Amino acid sequence: MEASRSAQALLGGGGNMRRRHAINRAVEVSCWTAALLAVAVLAIVLVSIALKGAGEINLDFLTQNTSSFGVGGIGNALVGTGILIGLAALMAIPVGILIAIYTSEFAGRRSGFVIRYVLDILNGVPTIITGIFVFALLVVGHQQSGWAGAVGLAIVMLPLVARSCHEVLTLVPGHVKEAGLALGASRWRTTLSVTVPTALSGMITGALLAVARAVGETAPLLLVTSIYPDLLVTDPSQPLPNVTVTIFRYSETPDPVKHAQAWGAAFILILFVLALSIVARSLSARMRRRLGAAR
Amino acid sequence: MDYEPSDVTVVDRKDEITSRIPRPAEAPAPASPPQQSSETPASGLEQMHATRHIRLEDLHAYYGSNHAVKGVNLSFEPGKVTAIIGPSGCGKSTMVRCVNRMHEEIPGARSQGRVLLDDVDLHGPGVDVVAVRRFVGMVFQKANPFPTMSIFDNVAAGLRFTGTPRDEITDRVNAALEAAGLWDEVEGRLSEPGMSLSGGQQQRLCIARALAVEPAVLLMDEPCSALDPVATLKIEELIGQLKQRVTIAVVTHNMQQAGRVADTTAFMLSGELVEVGPTEKMFTNPDDERTEQYVTGKFG
Repeated sequence: MEASRSAQALLGGGGNMRRRHAINRAVEVSCWTAALLAVAVLAIVLVSIALKGAGEINLDFLTQNTSSFGVGGIGNALVGTGILIGLAALMAIPVGILIAIYTSEFAGRRSGFVIRYVLDILNGVPTIITGIFVFALLVVGHQQSGWAGAVGLAIVMLPLVARSCHEVLTLVPGHVKEAGLALGASRWRTTLSVTVPTALSGMITGALLAVARAVGETAPLLLVTSIYPDLLVTDPSQPLPNVTVTIFRYSETPDPVKHAQAWGAAFILILFVLALSIVARSLSARMRRRLGAAR
Repeated sequence: MDYEPSDVTVVDRKDEITSRIPRPAEAPAPASPPQQSSETPASGLEQMHATRHIRLEDLHAYYGSNHAVKGVNLSFEPGKVTAIIGPSGCGKSTMVRCVNRMHEEIPGARSQGRVLLDDVDLHGPGVDVVAVRRFVGMVFQKANPFPTMSIFDNVAAGLRFTGTPRDEITDRVNAALEAAGLWDEVEGRLSEPGMSLSGGQQQRLCIARALAVEPAVLLMDEPCSALDPVATLKIEELIGQLKQRVTIAVVTHNMQQAGRVADTTAFMLSGELVEVGPTEKMFTNPDDERTEQYVTGKFG
């Protein structure tokens, strides 16, 4: 009988308790190790790029044009990547936001589900396939161009923008949307004046993360904007020099100077992506605080 | 309160709803009652006088196949507060949400029957749902200020939705805050976020927001259920002050609250209207046995 046993015997923990503690400990340690591994991989990548690339960074490196021989820079590649990303963002972000508004505010249950599913598939398409698709569509029979590269990057960005904006729009509480409708605002007016402003910082986060993802893409550019001169090109109807293809090109050469410059370009790229992620994080934290108060 | 409701106003406001019939797609019309706001833009709200009558006739409401409101006949009289009481899930919220047609916003929801504002059926063909909500304001269970807007902008939101001229907005926002008993507490910090207010203040902000567009009817769906007793008392006092200006219906599951604020009380059970009568009679000498059991706390 329980009552006849001492409290010590009931609470002290026998062999079974010891086994359960051991399992608990083992699971905890393996989860912790796995998490540490992820952090370690990122740290190793960052540190090795910084060690090998940071030394290359100087004004000439950032302003000189790319070159096939000897010391040059990545100035024209930075400009070209800026143009490519800018054009891709102009194509993907407005369309992505409109898709998100449709799927979160207007679509029926079934059509919303289908569109989100299609976006998820699009997001999973390997980017080299996207590159081949754009190559076949815009380059075959014409020539390589910045436009084609921007379309490729936009295809990569579109599902990311649409899905992340959809998620934050659905985070806006229903009772806030109802307040707009009950005040005599039509559905689109409520969306524009109430729902979108409430979710805005989260939507910007989504857009920034999509930019951060696209800026590092090489595959969609490799087939469509890779044969460029070592000059500053700003006309998107011509192939535009860009950072990722430059990294690829430089690391393929036998020249150790170029290898070092590829590391330098990689360092610049990863700094940019890190900075974007940090800005995006802080914006999304702001939105969560605001929504936390509205719940 | 020197304003005499005249037949002219009655006709005009009704016309404002029905005149939308041929062009439902147009942008929201300019400010509410034209002659009121153009003559005395600052004091339109003070001069408002509850004159509108809401009458539900054989109202049914459904969520898919769930029959939530079963043939209710009920009136909300001007100048009086009507409380709707009943246990959770009895259909009282659904019923009032049919009045401003918020019910139809829910996927799969539909309703049948007539909801008359004076003699215009708000569910009738050609009546614009946006116009209906301009005339029938609503305050929700949970205070829901717009999270990105300041105190001022929250109250101004409805005016901006309806295209009120810019120079009228400040006066009307101030009048609405005054009417909602919030002015003294927020004066001088109108540009702070609406979410920075306390729960009770937020709910009065929502009342001010609803009043700013000068509705004829105000529906309140359990407006105090998330508030502490002090904040609740303030809202109840406010309801007493507002009932001369706007026809009010309050949904509540708090019987004491109904006793304190309502002139008329309606008791609903399982989607049916069991009994409606003067509040005093409903609580002391109801006709129906189920009402008596409910008000004496035997169930619910």
